[in-house]
Amino acid sequence: MSILLPRKPPRRQVLRGLLGGGVVSVGLPLLDCFLNDNGTALAATGSPLPVRFGTWYWGMGHTPYNAVAPKAQSGHGIVFLEETKALKPFEDQLNFFSGFGMPLDGRSNYTHFTGWVGNRTGTVPQKQGEIVSPTLDLLVADEIGNRTPFKTIDASSAGLAQENYSARNTESRAEAIISPVELYTRIFGADFVDPNANEFSPDPNIMLEKSVLSAFMEAHQRFISTLGAADRDRMDEYFTSIRQIENRLALQLQKPEPNEACLVPTKPSAPSSKKLTRVREMPNVIETHEVMAQLMAMAVACNQTHVFNLVFTDNFANVRRVGESYTHHLLTHMELIDSELGYQPLAFWFNERCSEAFATYLETLSSIREGDGTLLDNCLIFAASETNYAKLHTIDSIPVYLAGKAGGRMKTGMHIVGGGDPITRVGYTAMQIMGVPLRRWGTKSLQTSRPITEIMI
Amino acid sequence: MRAVFALLLSFVLLVGCEQPEPPTDGSTPAMRRLSNEQYRNVITDVFGPHITVAGQADSLLRTEGLLALGAQTARITPSGFEKFYSMARSIAQQVVNEQNRSGQFQCEPASITEPDDSCAKQFFSDVGRLLYRRPPTTDELAIPVTAANDSAVSNGNFYAGIALGLAGMLTSPQFLFVIDTTEPDALGLSKWQLTSHAKAARLSFLLWNTTPNKMLLDAAEAGELDTQEGVDAHVDRMMASHRLEAGVRAFFTDFFRFEEFDTLEKDSIIYPAFSAQVIDDSKEQLLLTVLDLLMERKEDYRNLFTTKKTFLTGPLARVYRVPTSRPTGNAWEPYEFSQSDPRAGVLMQVGFAALASHPGRSSPTLRGMAIREAFLCQHIPSPPGDVDFSQFEDPESPDATAKDRLEAHSIEPACAGCHKIMDPIGLGLEQLDGSAQFRTTENETVIDASGELDGIPFEDGAGLGRVMSQNPATTACLANRLTEYALGRPLGAGDRNYMEYLEQKFADTGYRFPDLLRRIATSRALYAVSEPANNAGPLQGAATSATTLAIAESQP
Repeated sequence: MSILLPRKPPRRQVLRGLLGGGVVSVGLPLLDCFLNDNGTALAATGSPLPVRFGTWYWGMGHTPYNAVAPKAQSGHGIVFLEETKALKPFEDQLNFFSGFGMPLDGRSNYTHFTGWVGNRTGTVPQKQGEIVSPTLDLLVADEIGNRTPFKTIDASSAGLAQENYSARNTESRAEAIISPVELYTRIFGADFVDPNANEFSPDPNIMLEKSVLSAFMEAHQRFISTLGAADRDRMDEYFTSIRQIENRLALQLQKPEPNEACLVPTKPSAPSSKKLTRVREMPNVIETHEVMAQLMAMAVACNQTHVFNLVFTDNFANVRRVGESYTHHLLTHMELIDSELGYQPLAFWFNERCSEAFATYLETLSSIREGDGTLLDNCLIFAASETNYAKLHTIDSIPVYLAGKAGGRMKTGMHIVGGGDPITRVGYTAMQIMGVPLRRWGTKSLQTSRPITEIMI
Repeated sequence: MRAVFALLLSFVLLVGCEQPEPPTDGSTPAMRRLSNEQYRNVITDVFGPHITVAGQADSLLRTEGLLALGAQTARITPSGFEKFYSMARSIAQQVVNEQNRSGQFQCEPASITEPDDSCAKQFFSDVGRLLYRRPPTTDELAIPVTAANDSAVSNGNFYAGIALGLAGMLTSPQFLFVIDTTEPDALGLSKWQLTSHAKAARLSFLLWNTTPNKMLLDAAEAGELDTQEGVDAHVDRMMASHRLEAGVRAFFTDFFRFEEFDTLEKDSIIYPAFSAQVIDDSKEQLLLTVLDLLMERKEDYRNLFTTKKTFLTGPLARVYRVPTSRPTGNAWEPYEFSQSDPRAGVLMQVGFAALASHPGRSSPTLRGMAIREAFLCQHIPSPPGDVDFSQFEDPESPDATAKDRLEAHSIEPACAGCHKIMDPIGLGLEQLDGSAQFRTTENETVIDASGELDGIPFEDGAGLGRVMSQNPATTACLANRLTEYALGRPLGAGDRNYMEYLEQKFADTGYRFPDLLRRIATSRALYAVSEPANNAGPLQGAATSATTLAIAESQP
């Protein structure tokens, strides 16, 4: 008996029976990955378009009183000021959140770190570098990310792979893809199945590959069971990872539904060696971000992933202008406030570019028609920074945007005022909209079970 | 007179009697993820240099000052696994393709459309022993062997199945993690020790930064690593090999924090000479200086901070503004700065001074912090969260030097505590700008490069190097870091006596790095473990690691 035959064999037996047939085009038994995670609904023809979840990150927050006009209470209408004027065209496609707090419960504010960790995980760190809870994108991915070839895709135009704001914990922090060529290859490389191709010919080797992978996984599970508890715990994600590859291989055997929104982009050209040493010069960051935004949008439109994270600039904003001694981050601390303008003009320039980049991203997502609306209509984008006013490292009232209509589940065009409520209410609301079954989220004073119902439909 | 005699007598006695190595608590058994460099080295060693590794895995997280310590807590994320899987598929395809196949197999199937149990088993046994750092078990062989046979029957391609099986091995935890297996210490010096195979792995990754080769695995299986004499002999053999260079490079790459070069950028207008080639060359310059001084000339480690000898390429020579016989290209040539040249030691090399700087400006604070943390093993706390920095620096004041600007740190109580232990050190390197080019003025003001380290004053960068070389923390730091790197874990209270012993031996041998490395590699501490792997139970007479038992019971 072949060890490659699984103990619960029906589907794989079907596959193996077809191996000798070469090019085939068959309807296969439904795989788990075509079901929702509860196994209660199909993601098949005729079902609603999927709602996707994305995060977008920029470093250094906003310039107080120059970004979004403060409001006394929540309501319709967002007054974009000079720094964020690029977002004005998207006013009715996003919500802005201000006045939410980041209570530390006696813990330190680890500058440029505590803010994003608390906002995205619901728990502020006790020490530098500590992440004890998963970021919200992964909680969403656990719910909706198993139906696509990639559970999440992470990219950054800031040129720093490790500065990615998606993590299970301290030791399990995904690296972002920092090269547009690599991002393209990951999404649209050799394993990509074009849903609009005339012919579909599954590679018979994929069936065997999947069987071998499954057999190895079973053996690995036996092996790992001999390790201590801590090491077994470390390997949890390893098995999740293998299952994800299995899912992808299974999807490669299934002819995808035709998808008008999916247009395979052209492969970006490789950057020159000169440019590779200047990836964090602002013009290059902006250009990389535009390319990545397009690739990411098409990855989503082609349903290669339903959860996607894009970093424009990192939490220490290591980006700079040509000829300038200091990075954006250092300018926020070193630059004097212009007495007439009332802000730091050079740092402000970077903040403006960040708002423009977010507008570019929203424009890219909304330029793709999907069903009766746009791709952005079927997305929920959680965009946030790690600080409110970088000059002083303040972490109360960190600016957060929720953009997109979330497939009709979210009202937009509102400025929500937090009144000192924990900032986790925003992330919790986003997860509620995405269907994550959480009764509460966060720890200590950041814990919340109160969604912001004003924006929920 | 009597006291002098007693002192001389004790000296004579000490010389004639080797102090025994103090025991340690031993390491907790762990599984450590391969680094990118180790992964590449293993692939090259097992399959040959013509097999390329496309891509790279996620980086390890620098922990307690070393990337190597991040390996013991590293997890594999889904995107991280995807990278390993992609690399494994590519490697496996290369290994079985028609151009490379003959060099990889000791056998040939009668037909690629027919199963060949024997050939598949031989291939995976040979390769698996090197990849897993021990013979694979019968179970572990069964899956790839069956994959090859099934592929021959189903797809008519035996080698395609070999590739699938090999990719599976290359993504298995047994390969991606170096897993400690344990057994009772036969000599009774500590309760537990690593098994022979685990000893071989620890030794090989420490000295050669790669998997144990056949000779070392044979030695492990013959019990040669179970005796001190056997360990000594193999350490001497491995240290005499040219492959030791890879191990020393790996340690100093970690020690010098070379991963920061991956994201190093300089402003092209402010520093036009600072090209991508300069970045690459400045890394290599540091390593060549280390290898030449420590390994080739076997000098005192402390001389690294004062040496005038180094190596240059054309692009680097332009940054240093010194003549070179090869102004273009990246050919290396030895170079010795004259005694009148202000440069001396690795702290004044581009690879250190430019790395610890801003993209368009030098930074005494960053340099001081890097010296404290990397070379003195001292931790600098994070800055407070509520400080308004602009009171320290007005970029519109072109006539101020860094020293003038940093004076402000000392008047702000929240900053003074940390900055007073960083800035005065880094100011010694202020005659090097942000790209490490030498200068005597900043904004037309003469730079005062004097400073102090732990109360010892110096006048300039070379003086800082001399003070560093005399600081006891400098040598203690290297000994501590190298020990932690070798053990794969941070040192604890139970290691105190051992470290005192090691530091003393380091001093006794004139701070010669090879002697320190050899002493650690041959020490019992390297192989001592505090408890059995997997916490399987009480001390028993046989190997208790489930892994080890499995191997013993299922040898093919």
